[in-house]
Amino acid sequence: MNPFEVIVTAISSLGANKLRTVLALLGIVIGVAAVISTMSVGRGAQAQVTATIQGLGTNLLFVRPTGGGQGGSTLTLDDAYSLVDADAAPSVARVAPEISLAGNIVAGGESTFGQVLGITPEFLSVRNYEMGSGQFISGVQVQNISEVAVLGPEIAETLFGFRDPVGQSVRIGTGTGSARHFTVIGVLESRGGSPFGNLDSYALIPITTAYYRLESQRTVQGEVTIGSINVQAADVDLIDAAISEIDTILRLRHRITETPDFTIASQQATIDTLTDTQETFVVFLGVIAGISLLVGGIGIMNIMLVSVTERIREIGIRKAMGAKKRDILSQFVLEAVLLSFGGGLVGAVCGVGVSRFVDDRELGGQTFQTVVTGDITILAIVVSVAIGLFFGIYPAVRASNLHPIEALRYE
Amino acid sequence: MIDLKDVTKVYRMGEIDVAALNGVTIRIEEGELMSIMGPSGSGKSTLMNVLGCLDAPTSGTYHFEGQDVGSLNDNGLANIRNRKIGFVFQTYNLLPRLTALGNVELPMLYGNKKNRRRRALEALDRVGLGDRVNHRPTELSGGQQQRVGIARALAKEPSVLLADEPSGNLDSTSSQEIMTILQKLNSEDGMTVVIVTHDSDVANHTRRVVSVRDGVVVDDSAVAAPVQAGRSAWDGGRG
Repeated sequence: MNPFEVIVTAISSLGANKLRTVLALLGIVIGVAAVISTMSVGRGAQAQVTATIQGLGTNLLFVRPTGGGQGGSTLTLDDAYSLVDADAAPSVARVAPEISLAGNIVAGGESTFGQVLGITPEFLSVRNYEMGSGQFISGVQVQNISEVAVLGPEIAETLFGFRDPVGQSVRIGTGTGSARHFTVIGVLESRGGSPFGNLDSYALIPITTAYYRLESQRTVQGEVTIGSINVQAADVDLIDAAISEIDTILRLRHRITETPDFTIASQQATIDTLTDTQETFVVFLGVIAGISLLVGGIGIMNIMLVSVTERIREIGIRKAMGAKKRDILSQFVLEAVLLSFGGGLVGAVCGVGVSRFVDDRELGGQTFQTVVTGDITILAIVVSVAIGLFFGIYPAVRASNLHPIEALRYE
Repeated sequence: MIDLKDVTKVYRMGEIDVAALNGVTIRIEEGELMSIMGPSGSGKSTLMNVLGCLDAPTSGTYHFEGQDVGSLNDNGLANIRNRKIGFVFQTYNLLPRLTALGNVELPMLYGNKKNRRRRALEALDRVGLGDRVNHRPTELSGGQQQRVGIARALAKEPSVLLADEPSGNLDSTSSQEIMTILQKLNSEDGMTVVIVTHDSDVANHTRRVVSVRDGVVVDDSAVAAPVQAGRSAWDGGRG
């Protein structure tokens, strides 16, 4: 029997009992659709995070204190400035130290609680940000300990609504110090989306103002400590060089030979860690969806076993007419594979449909982004065919091993 | 053409061995029209299964056109069934999903025969069903179904036609038609026809009757004047 006739025979057998065929398909359809849609949601989230982090600039490094002793941070402003050194650190392009404070920001009758960052002018370019309106903090304002502030768009909207905040006055108060008046000189562009790594709800002030006017922590030696240092490497390829230069300088300054009291993390490392975590999560989701695929396969096996029992006479007739074992075997295996392949195709269409539907739609207060990748779609279909093959073989072997006479006599 | 020597067939029923055939020796020559007759339980069905290569003998030898059937594996047996033997069953054994044409084509499908469609149509025409080729078995009368069965058996041009109680389920008119066709296939085409039956009326339509009882051949004799089935029903094409 040639392959074409085997296919025609299998299709006509499947067509003979449409309801059963559809029910057997359903398990695979649901499984494949589940795999594709969960994976696409997972991949979407991953892409979203990666895009957000990449928006910050991929040649960005963070130097953070590990906060060993009681004194908390041991990173000082002088540490930050020591990294601006063309000889010792040629791979470092820009350095932007920051002090992070939690504070109350008040304007007129409105008030909000937010992060207040003390920064230097380099911050804007190091973090790859643009101004929405107004000016950013200048070097002169840092020198003069000016009481000026740049607001994130979210804070600006909370405090001023649709009015232009530039030129307005806000009061910023942190834990210990008394609240002080700041003049708003600019508003940052809006990044929106994921709350990770965007400055929409931050208020930025000159770093000097932060520690002289609001609050500061100092080392035992009396130096001002800072929260972290943002470093921009001269080039993406120089990130590793920059890391080792920073490491050498800071170890020397801190007189440390063994475990350092700081960590240097590259943006790329952050992306890698996050995508790794998410990958694990996505795979986990995929495995759960894959289990439904397996259940679908068992459904196919069940249907095929029933089908073999129901068609024992047919098998007997075919064998009496000279069908060989492999003819019967291939007919039943092919029926199972056609079922699972059909289910896989329909499931892929459903899965892609679900992903499209969910994409950019707000569901339960969250906006999902989905990314349907060809590899997952093809993989899901291939796996479903493999499942059909696997679960179809046992019923087919049973069918092909029937003795022609006993099969013919079967009532 | 068919040469059975001292063939036995033993079935195991639980703990007991039952000998369905107990040393059968038969020779069937090409072009014969003969019947194997016996009451139920005589072993004639087992004999038919062995002759039809559906079942292998327990002992003894079976040569089909010189080939030792005992040495063949499942695939070899399937090949002989497919190419050399045309089966006609008492219960027709047509596939209900296929049309008359599809049923007649089926054995040739497994044998990868060329010109299946043409051969099938010719065979259906020979049994007087040229105008029923696209009917399914449920849309045909018993006699018509059996004629499809005969067309299926003869379309592949087998060496022998094995008919197991071919008219057992039919009324007398339809039975006459079937017997007419079988006789005609033998007389006009020289087809070897073996009919297995319990009915001496049917057996008397053949030229030689082998009587089987308790798994042995008790009589093997020529029929002096075989009954000729009426021609009218055969040509009338009624079901």
